[in-house]
Amino acid sequence: MENTSAEDQETIREFLIESHENLSRLDQDLVELEKRPQDVALLGNIFRTIHTIKGACGFLAFSTLESITHQAESLLSQLREGKRDLTPSLVSLILETVDATRKVLASIEASGMEGPLAFGELTERLRAAADQNGETENQRVPTTPGQTDVSGPIAKAQTDQISPAVLENKLPLKANQGGDMSKGSGSWDGVERRSPSEPRDEDAERHSAAADSNIRVGVGLLDKLMDLVGELVLTRNQILQFNTEREDPALNATSQRLNLITTELQEGVMKTRMQPIGVVWNKLPRVVRDMAIALGKGVQLTMDGADTELDRTIIEAIKDPLMHLVRNSCDHGIETPEVRMRAGKPAQGTLSLRAYHEGGQVNIEIADDGAGIDVARVKQKAVENGLLRLEQAEKLSDREALGLIFLPGFSTAQTVTNLSGRGVGMDVVKSHIEKIGGVVDVFSRPGEGATVKIRIPLTLAIIPGLVITSGGERFVIPQVSLLELIRLEGDSSGKHIEYVHGTPVYRRRGSLLPITYLNQVLGLKSTDRAEAVSMVVLQAEDRQFGLVVDGINDTQEIVVKPLGKQLKGLTLYAGATIMGDGRVALILDVLGIGQRSGVFGELREQSRGSDKQKAQPVIEQQRLLLFRSGSFERLAVPLSLVARLEEFPRSAIEHASGGRVVQYRDRILPLVSLRSVLEPGAPGNDEMTDPVQVVVFNDGDHSVGMVVDQILDVAEEAVTVRQRSGRKGLLGSAVVGKRVTDFLDLNEIIHASESNWIQRADANATLKTILVAESSAFSRGMIRSGLDMAGYVVLEASNLDEAIHRLEQQPVDVVVAALDLPPNGSAALLVAMHRPEWAKIPVLALVASIDEVQASAALSAGFQDCQAKFDGVLVLESVARLASPIGAIKAIPALAGEVS
Amino acid sequence: MATDLKSEPVKASGQFSTFFVADMFFGVNVLNVQEVLRSQQMTAVPQAPDVIEGLINLRGQIVTAIDMRRRLRMPQRAGDHAPMNMVVRTVDGAVSLLVDEIGDVLDMDAATYERPPENLDSAAKELIRGVYKLQDRLLLVLDEERTVDLAIGRAD
Repeated sequence: MENTSAEDQETIREFLIESHENLSRLDQDLVELEKRPQDVALLGNIFRTIHTIKGACGFLAFSTLESITHQAESLLSQLREGKRDLTPSLVSLILETVDATRKVLASIEASGMEGPLAFGELTERLRAAADQNGETENQRVPTTPGQTDVSGPIAKAQTDQISPAVLENKLPLKANQGGDMSKGSGSWDGVERRSPSEPRDEDAERHSAAADSNIRVGVGLLDKLMDLVGELVLTRNQILQFNTEREDPALNATSQRLNLITTELQEGVMKTRMQPIGVVWNKLPRVVRDMAIALGKGVQLTMDGADTELDRTIIEAIKDPLMHLVRNSCDHGIETPEVRMRAGKPAQGTLSLRAYHEGGQVNIEIADDGAGIDVARVKQKAVENGLLRLEQAEKLSDREALGLIFLPGFSTAQTVTNLSGRGVGMDVVKSHIEKIGGVVDVFSRPGEGATVKIRIPLTLAIIPGLVITSGGERFVIPQVSLLELIRLEGDSSGKHIEYVHGTPVYRRRGSLLPITYLNQVLGLKSTDRAEAVSMVVLQAEDRQFGLVVDGINDTQEIVVKPLGKQLKGLTLYAGATIMGDGRVALILDVLGIGQRSGVFGELREQSRGSDKQKAQPVIEQQRLLLFRSGSFERLAVPLSLVARLEEFPRSAIEHASGGRVVQYRDRILPLVSLRSVLEPGAPGNDEMTDPVQVVVFNDGDHSVGMVVDQILDVAEEAVTVRQRSGRKGLLGSAVVGKRVTDFLDLNEIIHASESNWIQRADANATLKTILVAESSAFSRGMIRSGLDMAGYVVLEASNLDEAIHRLEQQPVDVVVAALDLPPNGSAALLVAMHRPEWAKIPVLALVASIDEVQASAALSAGFQDCQAKFDGVLVLESVARLASPIGAIKAIPALAGEVS
Repeated sequence: MATDLKSEPVKASGQFSTFFVADMFFGVNVLNVQEVLRSQQMTAVPQAPDVIEGLINLRGQIVTAIDMRRRLRMPQRAGDHAPMNMVVRTVDGAVSLLVDEIGDVLDMDAATYERPPENLDSAAKELIRGVYKLQDRLLLVLDEERTVDLAIGRAD
């Protein structure tokens, strides 16, 4: 082909754009037609579209394209005349033609030429299909133009017979308009074929009217406009700033006007970037249809909310993920008709897409009524692919297991189809969506189906923000994350801000809000303790926290500018902006601040009304292993203490050193029979299930296995253990999963069964430091000598202040404190130890003489154990237990002051 | 032409914008220099890597400023000595380099171009492409892309 002139290039460019649109419409229309073959209007549209493309091809001398569209047009023409019935294979054939057309268009776009593919085989098949009923096909005029101006030269025109069928629908049949044509003489007379004033039928009329009121604008131009508006907003902010600094009514009025105009302009430009999500969705009917046929399944696609508008960049980002999710549902979710019917479901599966705005976010849901996600297989696959260990997989809840599918390298497809089973899908979906600040979640009901929910924030470049100061610097917080502003008068700590487990909290309307200090998070100098404390209550995802700042300024509209590559890794900042005075201010990333400061995952909301103590302990969510043993139907132990869950055949249990053991991983694992500890002497205690269920605990590099009857489940709950005195081996009971559950005292269980446990603990004693806080020098000396001989490092303190001083001086492993430690008892020491660095140190309370009431009161108050001062042996044993890694974990906090 | 220079070692002659950091003399190809400015009002970025001095407002564009003394692991400049900004163009946008003094624009000849000498300070060696031998000193040709890539030349 000769070198095309600029004009020709422009024509070709327009041809390409229009043809792509047309082809896209064809996809949808053909799939629709398949469902409604009787729809004459639809068929007419399709025919016209192909005819249009064909015409343009002829005009521009794209002969390959022309010939395939020509054949497709013949087929359609036959359909219109009723000479042929619509069959799926016919639709497929025409869709193939559409695809082939796209390929050629791509080639034209790239090189200006049609490319090497001639689609001879496709053409043959089209011809064969058309010939099937024996009708000879008429040759058509290849030079019928589309909407382009026909006054230009017609290259390589071939004059042929025009089929009456073609013309009848192409031209309004008016006598003066070319009766020659209708007879098929075929000579070209250069009449403009289509004019907006002569609609062929209603559809065309509507189409052309719509076409007139829309124009095409390049995306680059829109982006440029958006940038300019951004700059205008910044300049407007500056002018508004000057305005407040001057008393000039004329300036005031003008800048207000400028303000209004800028805001409206901004909104208008942002709208231009919004596109309905239907733009992405309209490809899907075809994709689903093709997949369904290929897989031999029936899939019905419903789309709800196609007019939900999104920013262009978001649309770009979700195109691929959506496609993948839809493919997944068709491929792996929806079952074959036979399977479905056997399950009592309708043979055709339903795939429904939903999009809607809610709370400043766009929600997109992809739901199918297929088989759901097989959690067991997901876990198995994850283990097989080395993504996690078997024990870890077993501990996962169903919800967590579903999250495994988002890990890289995961795929549960039995056979990797070339459609979606490659194992690179879901993690890419997740990362695409997270890149635009969205979240993706998957829900599944086995046998009923699965739903993927995507939530994307409507972030655009200009947002309202709150200006705050901290450490002498100015920052901006996006208003979308802002819940409330709180100002605390009076002294800034103590009265309003309480400390729980070392974390500062603020009581807000009955619930506890974890708070953090911005200057601490950023490492800035804190200003002097002001009279009042300013705090902003923020929300990120579904977590709330309070951020203490030095000062709160005002709300402004700011333009978000991204940070450079060097700073992108900082999760604390979401970007930067230029303030009215020309200086740069950083925009805080609320989620990043929350994570960095550690407020997330520390505390959850608690609404307990009682105000017994200032420092009311907040009960953390715990993960618990549930099991049963003997007559105890439901027992629990914190999952964090459990090393492994194992199963041994009964034959593997052997006897050694007076107890049961099993060979395990090149070692000998001593076994504890839980039954024997909890219910000594009960009948059937020597029996074990086969295989034997063992919960393995580690202490340092020693392990012990606890034999239970059955492992029940893993639960996650915030528990309050109510003390129960008396029962050996149990800490107390609580409600877990709506049922009363007994909590194991792991220390006691293990201690009770293995006397050489203590010896092992003593071997570690030389490394441990014990603080003895006791006012009586004599008692203190006595305790100290016992500890010395056992090999510990001992520190002494005679009152509260000294004890705190010692703790500050060096790391302490266990504190032994007399209950009546001056000045006010060692409960004060417990409170003082709420600091994060000390919160985990176990404390043994010492009393003059032991009695049950006092002991349980001590335990309720938060001590880990209580012993009589003068019972040297018991004190040593207790210290040894507490000094061991298991004893050191303050597993379940007891609610202070409650004894039942 | 700028891309050629970026991807290949400097072979041709060229014009260089020069600057001083302590007693070291550097040059950046003029085509990669957007502008040179006096010390600008800086906004600090708490918790950012140490070499980043802060952010400046360059006619509405927010530009990251990297302190070259810290980048080259040299001692801090004197307190009263305000740095100059040399704003360079990189693949990811403009970045400002804070330097001690700005020098003249020099025409360099390929004949005087050499590989960096072995005895050059290690931090500098990672950031330069080569040197031009001048009468009394060396002109170190800075590789802007490497300079703004903070993963390169980190103090361990």
